[in-house]
Amino acid sequence: MSNVLEVSENYDTIIIGGGIVGCAAAWALSQYNLRVLLLESNNDITCGATKANSGIVHAGYDCVPGTLKAKLNAEGAKMFPMLAKQLDFPLKVNGSMVLCFDKAEHSHIEELYDRSVKNGIPEVEIISAEQAYQLEPNIADGLYSALLAKTAAVISPWEAAIAFAENAATNGVQFLIETKVTNITADNGLFEVFADNQKFIAKTLINAAGTSSAYIRNFLAKDKSDYEEIIPQRGQYFLLDNAHKNFVKHTLFQLPDNSGKGVLVAPTADGNIIVGPNSENISKEVDFTTAEDVKTTKAGLADVLEKIAISVKGLPINGNITTFAGVRAKHSSKDFVIDEPFPGFVNALGIDSPGLSAAPAIALMLTKLITKKLHPTKKADYVATRRAIQRFGELSFAEKQALIAENLKYGHVVCRCETVTEADIIDAIRRPVGARNLDAIKRRTRSQAGRCQGGFCSLKLTDILQNELGLSEEKIWSC
Amino acid sequence: MELLIIGGGPAGLSAAIKAKEQGLADVCVLERNSHMGGILNQCIHHGFGLHIFDEELTGPEYAQRLIDRALQLGVKFMNNTMVTDLDENRLVTYVSPNGAAQVQANAVILGMGCRERTRGALRIPGFRGRGIFSAGTAQALVNMRGYVPGKRVVILGSGDIGLIMARRMSLEGAEVIGVFELNSFSSGLKRNIVQCLDDYGIPLHLSHTVTRIVGENYNLTGVYVAPVDETRTPIYAQEEFIPCDTLLLSVGLIPENELSKKAGVQLSSVTGGAIVNSDLSTNVNGIFSCGNVLHVHDLADDVTLEAYRAGVAAVDFIRNGTKISQTNKIAVTAGKNVCYVSPNFVQPNEEIELLFRSDGVFRKAKITVKDGENVIKTLKRRVVAPGEMEKVKINTGNMKGCTVAIETE
Repeated sequence: MSNVLEVSENYDTIIIGGGIVGCAAAWALSQYNLRVLLLESNNDITCGATKANSGIVHAGYDCVPGTLKAKLNAEGAKMFPMLAKQLDFPLKVNGSMVLCFDKAEHSHIEELYDRSVKNGIPEVEIISAEQAYQLEPNIADGLYSALLAKTAAVISPWEAAIAFAENAATNGVQFLIETKVTNITADNGLFEVFADNQKFIAKTLINAAGTSSAYIRNFLAKDKSDYEEIIPQRGQYFLLDNAHKNFVKHTLFQLPDNSGKGVLVAPTADGNIIVGPNSENISKEVDFTTAEDVKTTKAGLADVLEKIAISVKGLPINGNITTFAGVRAKHSSKDFVIDEPFPGFVNALGIDSPGLSAAPAIALMLTKLITKKLHPTKKADYVATRRAIQRFGELSFAEKQALIAENLKYGHVVCRCETVTEADIIDAIRRPVGARNLDAIKRRTRSQAGRCQGGFCSLKLTDILQNELGLSEEKIWSC
Repeated sequence: MELLIIGGGPAGLSAAIKAKEQGLADVCVLERNSHMGGILNQCIHHGFGLHIFDEELTGPEYAQRLIDRALQLGVKFMNNTMVTDLDENRLVTYVSPNGAAQVQANAVILGMGCRERTRGALRIPGFRGRGIFSAGTAQALVNMRGYVPGKRVVILGSGDIGLIMARRMSLEGAEVIGVFELNSFSSGLKRNIVQCLDDYGIPLHLSHTVTRIVGENYNLTGVYVAPVDETRTPIYAQEEFIPCDTLLLSVGLIPENELSKKAGVQLSSVTGGAIVNSDLSTNVNGIFSCGNVLHVHDLADDVTLEAYRAGVAAVDFIRNGTKISQTNKIAVTAGKNVCYVSPNFVQPNEEIELLFRSDGVFRKAKITVKDGENVIKTLKRRVVAPGEMEKVKINTGNMKGCTVAIETE
């Protein structure tokens, strides 16, 4: 590490963490006349739990009434369909079911229904096994009853986060990736945030650091007795080829247990089938999630398959295209912790499920804590909408013709499995908070996300990354 | 348009050449890459052309022979052209930097080749970062881009590309620690095992697999391997860690039939390729299939021979309509010890070469073609193996059924 300390200009707010919560907070703050900076330790935003979760906007019936989770899930779920239009990210309202295979457990279905009433969730009903089989013929035999929640949706979590970030950047929020916060001090109402050889100064901080959020918060703790703790929980998943996209239409849950909502099977917003997660506590000595934390394991994957066999029959597991794992940041209270433990330091701690569903509402709550302090005015030139990268493959013939006429790079299909063009890839790189590596391109365009898993297109992407950013082959293949 | 050929690899080029040689005026090859030749362009090793050109060529040389001949005959090439849709009426939709277009073809030949099976399909647990490549992707990296992705290499699967890459990585100065194959036999050609592994002192571990992948940050640091039992289940008690920075996968090829499905072409669940008649026509009128999109071949020369037949048949179809009788067609089935036979249906009274693969290694093998209990033909082989495609010529006469089987002593 260099001894030279580069000191940045002052910010009103620094957001630590570029996951769905940090990006949504950046989006929410960007409507105000505030100087906002977001710091992300990874080589792209959305690299933590945001890129590796079930991608569900939960209807909100299962949170314990009265908790922050119950309140913010309901609010977030209500916001998402409108946000998906405004910020142009994929969301499909597909409805969800909780499946009950044992008459003796039907009381749990009724309890969930009661919670839905208390939490104010619309369009929830208990249905018979016959009704459920009619909707989902691949449900396993022996179903007793089910809870149907029609407002549940699936989204692409990383595309949602990227949409928030791009819109925030358009409205002036600065983003710095590969900037790992190593210390924070508070002095005279200002915070000093240290990251390697850089120092950033801000009036307020938002801690949205996911699994590292306790680590970030504890920099300001008086002593160890004041420390917060995050219990990292790994969940592993299978993702099936979109050839099987009609295997289920609804998100199918099992009855929740102590460790969470159990193993689900659902269509993804991008047309695959997702199966998972299991739930394992992982021992945590380090402060940042490592490759070891997000590995998949034989036992974990076997556990997922064993459990999903309870819900559905004939899962086409031979159509699996990838397995992955994510780490959820659970708090011992089992609720979200959104507070201001030190004046001007605002926390979003313990954002595990339903963190994605609640993210826009969490962002508004964080923003309220900031604006109460800074009393900012609203921007006159605020841009409320954002346009997504084209989904070339989904366009009509005439639309494709028009695009190619405008830019011939639309006529160059780089990714055959998901029909992504060179123009889309360049767009992903040149956008605000643009892609800087192969995985970042994948999350923005779906190139490499299909059945060949980048076997063909990754080499063409390498050419484009070299042309656009001047990266070396070595660099491209080592991050 | 008379004949549209989708894919400009050995299958598409060879079919185009033969169609032109039949005197067809209008033959066009659509190729998604900037160059014709397909995967041959990255196969810079020799061993191509022994049957077709009677000399030993590299992949790019083999491709260039086909390209030159096709151009000489007046085949129209459309590079950088991606077919996005195909329907049962042979309406072909494609995009290229020249625009999006739709063309109605009198006949279509599918020559899209295949893709490699991925790590996801195997569901190997562990590290999910960089350093894990399919063998063909690594081959393109080394041969097309001059970039060698690692220094210590483990190869899982003994498909031909994996074997070729074992040698290639060694020549580039990497240490290839070994090739690990789940089956008790290699799925590659014997000549590749000799020339790519034995000659370079690279061990082939049969009945072994990679059980876990380990890495730190963005880098692969090693793999665990273990022997497997007769049911191909790993014996975890004998797991062993091998430090490496690169894992290459050569674990099977999958015909790329996404377009074929859109046109309603019926596919075989065994080969993943189209179900075809003896003239390589599919169930969809005027759509033919050949090369690795039909079933995976060992040799480009065999692809060319098959594609020649598709070219002839497509021209015949354009001129005279189909010759295939649905009522008289004879189903060809894979009997004992046979994995699959191509084609799936033959016609009465025709001379036809059946291509097939065994589902294991058999020594002193007797190959039989039977119509019910009637033996039509027998052949003897010192050894048959899944890695080497077998051929048998028959005259179908008035057969009612046709089963190919392998018997051992």
